[in-house]
Amino acid sequence: MKNEWPLWEVFIRGQHGMSHRHVGSLHAPDAEMAIKNARDVYTRRNEGVSIWVVEANHIAASSPSDKGPLYEPSESKVYRHPTFFDIPEEVGAM
Amino acid sequence: MYAQMVKSEATQDDPEQLAAFQARIDAGEKIEPKDWMPEGYRKTLIRQIGQHAHSEIVGQLPEGNWITRAPTLERKAILLAKVQDEAGHGLYLYCAAETLGVSRDEMTEMLLDGRMKYSSIFNYPTLNWADIGAVGWLVDGAAIMNQVPLQRTSFGPYSRAMIRVCKEESFHQRQGYDAIRKMAEGTPEQKKMAQDALNRLWYPSLMMFGPSDKDSVHSAQSMAWKIKMNTNDELRQKFVDQTVPQAEYLGLTVPDPDLKWNEERGHYDYTDPDWSEFFEVIKGNGPCNTDRLAARNKAWDDGAWVRDGLLAHAKKKAGRQHAAE
Amino acid sequence: MNAPLAKEEAFLQFLLRMGDNTLILGHRVSEWCGHAPVLEEDIALANTALDMIGQTQMWLGLAAEVHGPGKSADDLAFLRDAWDFRNVLLVEVPNGDFGRTLMRQFLFDAWHSIQLGRLMKSSDERVAAIAEKASKEVAYHLERSADTVVGLGDGTEESHRRMQEALDYLWPYAGEMFQSDDVDAEMVKAGIAPDPASLREEYDVLVSRILNEATLTIPESRFAHKGGRTGAMHTEHLGHLLTQMQWLQRAYPGAKW
Repeated sequence: MKNEWPLWEVFIRGQHGMSHRHVGSLHAPDAEMAIKNARDVYTRRNEGVSIWVVEANHIAASSPSDKGPLYEPSESKVYRHPTFFDIPEEVGAM
Repeated sequence: MYAQMVKSEATQDDPEQLAAFQARIDAGEKIEPKDWMPEGYRKTLIRQIGQHAHSEIVGQLPEGNWITRAPTLERKAILLAKVQDEAGHGLYLYCAAETLGVSRDEMTEMLLDGRMKYSSIFNYPTLNWADIGAVGWLVDGAAIMNQVPLQRTSFGPYSRAMIRVCKEESFHQRQGYDAIRKMAEGTPEQKKMAQDALNRLWYPSLMMFGPSDKDSVHSAQSMAWKIKMNTNDELRQKFVDQTVPQAEYLGLTVPDPDLKWNEERGHYDYTDPDWSEFFEVIKGNGPCNTDRLAARNKAWDDGAWVRDGLLAHAKKKAGRQHAAE
Repeated sequence: MNAPLAKEEAFLQFLLRMGDNTLILGHRVSEWCGHAPVLEEDIALANTALDMIGQTQMWLGLAAEVHGPGKSADDLAFLRDAWDFRNVLLVEVPNGDFGRTLMRQFLFDAWHSIQLGRLMKSSDERVAAIAEKASKEVAYHLERSADTVVGLGDGTEESHRRMQEALDYLWPYAGEMFQSDDVDAEMVKAGIAPDPASLREEYDVLVSRILNEATLTIPESRFAHKGGRTGAMHTEHLGHLLTQMQWLQRAYPGAKW
């Protein structure tokens, strides 16, 4: 009875040269069928030009409890952002 | 709505954790699958998203009933694309529910053996071609009313699924109105079909929003959790206010002799649906409950060998590739 | 049909053959909507059916144009009787189980993809343009139906058995796609379409490769049912299909939908 097709995560690159973006999931017996199913399920309205699929249980994810250590340290590194620096108006756009 | 009378689960968690969780929701943060959440929140969501997904899938049947009888090639293509979208919406929603730790097959089995419900509306038959227009116009119109606010629901995967669904859904309502307009402006027989469809589907559409707020016991918790965004009566009133002028434009009569504009309230006064009928339908005694579930069971049972066969092949192929490496 | 066919009449027959194939098969496939073994297949089958309805609109649209003023693709689809239909028998047989539906799809897609490849070089620009658009859709149909036939043929014992049964049932209907008559001769002469018989070799190579991969055995008999593409004798199934498909147009003549 427990013969469910594995779950796949689907990533699609849209028309405009952007990165592949996670659009959703689906079930398929293998990677090839997952790509075909993704084409049929997630590109019905011209949404994409390239498809990636990855079996959901192969995705390693960060844990929510690590949120602090993982992301907060970057909050104090404001100098990484271009707006940190004042450029004299006379210099023009930079 | 597509999710009617979803029972909120009581929750027995650490009060401090609960308060922190509620604070996140109140601050408009999204809850993601790996975040801590009260067990009641998780269970209520599974029930609600599952019921919503089941509604999409069972909802394919009444409209699918007319695919092979669509009167023109274009109408056939539009209807098929529309019913296909319902399958897609069901799929997105099942996937959202799966992030909560329940599999699609488990949910399917619960639908098939009656443990999970779907919207009462799909237990009504589609009897003439105008029903296809009326379903898009009224049923999808009512659904949108609930789904648009749900794009802001607190659970991330549900919210993202609703955003996708809503993008596709306005096509549904518009094609429905377009189809029934053709009928309302057509021959006397076509006009009769259109009126007949409205007569039969008006009250069942009002029932989609669920029982009156005074009889709806589960709303408060779900609203606090932002998995229910408006009360049943709020949405029902909004639906009536929006739909009545649309019916007038078509020259069709809403089957409610007491329907009238209330200047003071700024809303239409309308007659409530017969709630005893609604509860009968929920219990399984609607005109099509038995047939709908039988059709879903048949598709599932007949498809077992296909699902098993393709999976067996995938495993063989992987094994052969492995051996060759 | 002993008198030589006028080219226009032959062209019309050819267009009806193309359009009726996709009309009837698209109709059959659409019957699955809401009943497929798994949601992903339900959605994929609907896509296939939608492509075929679109192709029907193009083929029958052109046929209506050739037919003369005041006719539309819808008139041809909804107001002809069974004997006027020119689809091969293969596409009108009932769906049966999912295996038979996909086997029928594969046997048709394989022919269709080869046929459209040739039609892209048609001397008639309108035909070439339709073939060009349809061939992309059909390339995908073929990939998908072939994969599924292989997956189910080489799946479980039960899926293998069902696919072999499907092939045994459908194989006698494959041959009709390659039977040539005077309509075809006229099309060949005008450079509009290939001789159906000339597609057989490529078809056999393609189909044998896939069915072999699917561990299925092609029946030895080359016997072929016929009568669909000439309209001489359809199966009993077509009339029932038309009864449903044409009902509204027949019951309410002249109404706009």
